[in-house]
Amino acid sequence: MALLTRLSPAALRLLALLAVLALVLIFFSTQIEGYLNGRLFNRISSSVAIMALIATGQTLVILTRNIDLSVGSVVGFSAFATGSLISNHPDLNPLILLLYAAAVGTGFGMLNGVLVAYARIPSIIVTLASMALFRSALVEYSNAKSITSESLPAWLTDFPNMPVFSLGAMEFRAGFTASLVVVLIVHFALTRLRPARQFFAVGSNPEAAEMAGIDAHRTIFAAFALSGLMAGLAGFMFLARFGNITVVAGLGFELKSVASSVVGGVNIFGGSGSVIGAFLGAILVDLLETSLVRWAVVSEFWREAVLGALILLAVTTDTLFSRRLAALGARKSKESAK
Amino acid sequence: MTRLYSWEGLLFATFVIIFAFNAAFTPDFLGLSNQINLFQLSIEKIILALVMTFIIINAEIDLSVGSMMGLSACAFGYLYQIGTPAPAAIAICLTAGVLGGFLNGWFIARLGLPSLVVTLATLIGFRGLARVMLEDRGIGDFPEWFNALGQKGLIGPLPFALLAFALLFALLYVLLERSGFGRKTYVIGSNRDVADFAGIDTARHKIVLFTLSGLTSAFAGLLFAARVGAVRGDVGSGFELDVITIVLLGGVSIFGGKGTLVGTLLSILIVLNLRNGMGLMNITGHIQTGVIGLLLIASVVIPRIKFATSRGSKPEATS
Repeated sequence: MALLTRLSPAALRLLALLAVLALVLIFFSTQIEGYLNGRLFNRISSSVAIMALIATGQTLVILTRNIDLSVGSVVGFSAFATGSLISNHPDLNPLILLLYAAAVGTGFGMLNGVLVAYARIPSIIVTLASMALFRSALVEYSNAKSITSESLPAWLTDFPNMPVFSLGAMEFRAGFTASLVVVLIVHFALTRLRPARQFFAVGSNPEAAEMAGIDAHRTIFAAFALSGLMAGLAGFMFLARFGNITVVAGLGFELKSVASSVVGGVNIFGGSGSVIGAFLGAILVDLLETSLVRWAVVSEFWREAVLGALILLAVTTDTLFSRRLAALGARKSKESAK
Repeated sequence: MTRLYSWEGLLFATFVIIFAFNAAFTPDFLGLSNQINLFQLSIEKIILALVMTFIIINAEIDLSVGSMMGLSACAFGYLYQIGTPAPAAIAICLTAGVLGGFLNGWFIARLGLPSLVVTLATLIGFRGLARVMLEDRGIGDFPEWFNALGQKGLIGPLPFALLAFALLFALLYVLLERSGFGRKTYVIGSNRDVADFAGIDTARHKIVLFTLSGLTSAFAGLLFAARVGAVRGDVGSGFELDVITIVLLGGVSIFGGKGTLVGTLLSILIVLNLRNGMGLMNITGHIQTGVIGLLLIASVVIPRIKFATSRGSKPEATS
């Protein structure tokens, strides 16, 4: 109990998530031969590299009490547009290509942001519509062609697998390391920088935030623009990792990113959560999927059913736990008032 | 109320324009078989839209309808393949729908979890169970009478599914507009706390609605199996978004408390005719969905412009 009171609920939530991750690893290491090795880390880190970026953007949006269902379409568009730019201009500077992917994503995100923050249309409607719109823009733009990895320069397809440093058997590759750096930067900003704290303020109480002089519209707009930016960068990573891009690239990423955030303890009603949580959530989701595929006891087709149960479990424990905590806090403040 | 009437008037005018356009430019459009086909091709979605209207008026959302459809269709295929007689398999599938819907409702109403998250989890979970049963196989060769129910006319040229849609619309219309249950749906949707204080068992009401949604989704899954004559793990995948789009376009507020089944019906007519017309003009499915998306945004923006002066500023929030 002493530990319970000393640590903040958010820190406890992260510890719980880490504990679950450890339990999953221990469980499957007893079930699958040669499970805990460098290959497992590589497999999961390269797919988490993409989802972590999207989940980070999604978390920023959810913090402000909104949701962004268009991220999957933005990832697809960004991957395709970036791929077609580099195949038409193979000598392009890598930095310009990265900026292009970022700009494409930010552009789409700003469009969502204007409609949600300034035209005041509920985000679920805006992004439901823009998910379809961005996807049809991609279909138009692609002109029934697809990007193939042969048309991409070697530096791009090699980038995600380039080793940066190793910790024991764990080899940190460039793609994953880059994503990790982005997540840490956003985390630092959210916990330490005043402008980024506004995401929490607007999400936990929009009216109070307005009274405190925070421009709630601008904050929500920024959240969507950043979510677009993250999805744009994720599109770049998607292109680099897979090379072959069709019009269905990134389909379904919107729900997976919401799932990662929610499993990571981000409150769907806004105002609380962390990008580190969403990052760990993305890892847990991916770890379970990868492990279930290799587990001989059940068919690999169980992975979606298990994922659904996991989300339900995470939200249920979060809600019940935070209610218990709130009740505890109320009792305490009553006692101190006496 | 004037706003509602004018919104439905606008929808009706839109429908008339699209309908006239289709009729003028496509020779076979007005034929009875094309008109029936128009409904038949999207029959599952439009049936789901009717119950989704109740859910959204109640200020909730059900993202799991497409997956429940898939679960029911796959369960039917699986049970039939292992030798269960078709009527028993149908009964089991419908029961699964009731249980799945109840599960959603219980988590949402009794534990107070947001429906967006609960049904997102069951969207993934129900789909997972469907895949566990069929893995990557497809199952067909259902009994003759079962396929005929989905493909042939039952009364004259009218197929069973279309009659079921009409009957369900009539029943739900009476339920929403003329019964206490319907009034409660609106009251809980516009202010749950007030409804609680007024002595309404809001939790039970929500559970009933989600159970109804699960049952209807299971029914829609069976209709799909009969209409197509075969099932796969991805039956109904992505339907939830189309269904929600139809309901919102029909003027049902995402914040709950507002909307009508007539609005949903008009929206169904608009979407079906628009897709049919675009299909005849060789516009692909993805672009069609994009146009519907534009319409969805327009459906929220247009009334705002018209009524901007009478509306105060409201803080942003989503369900």
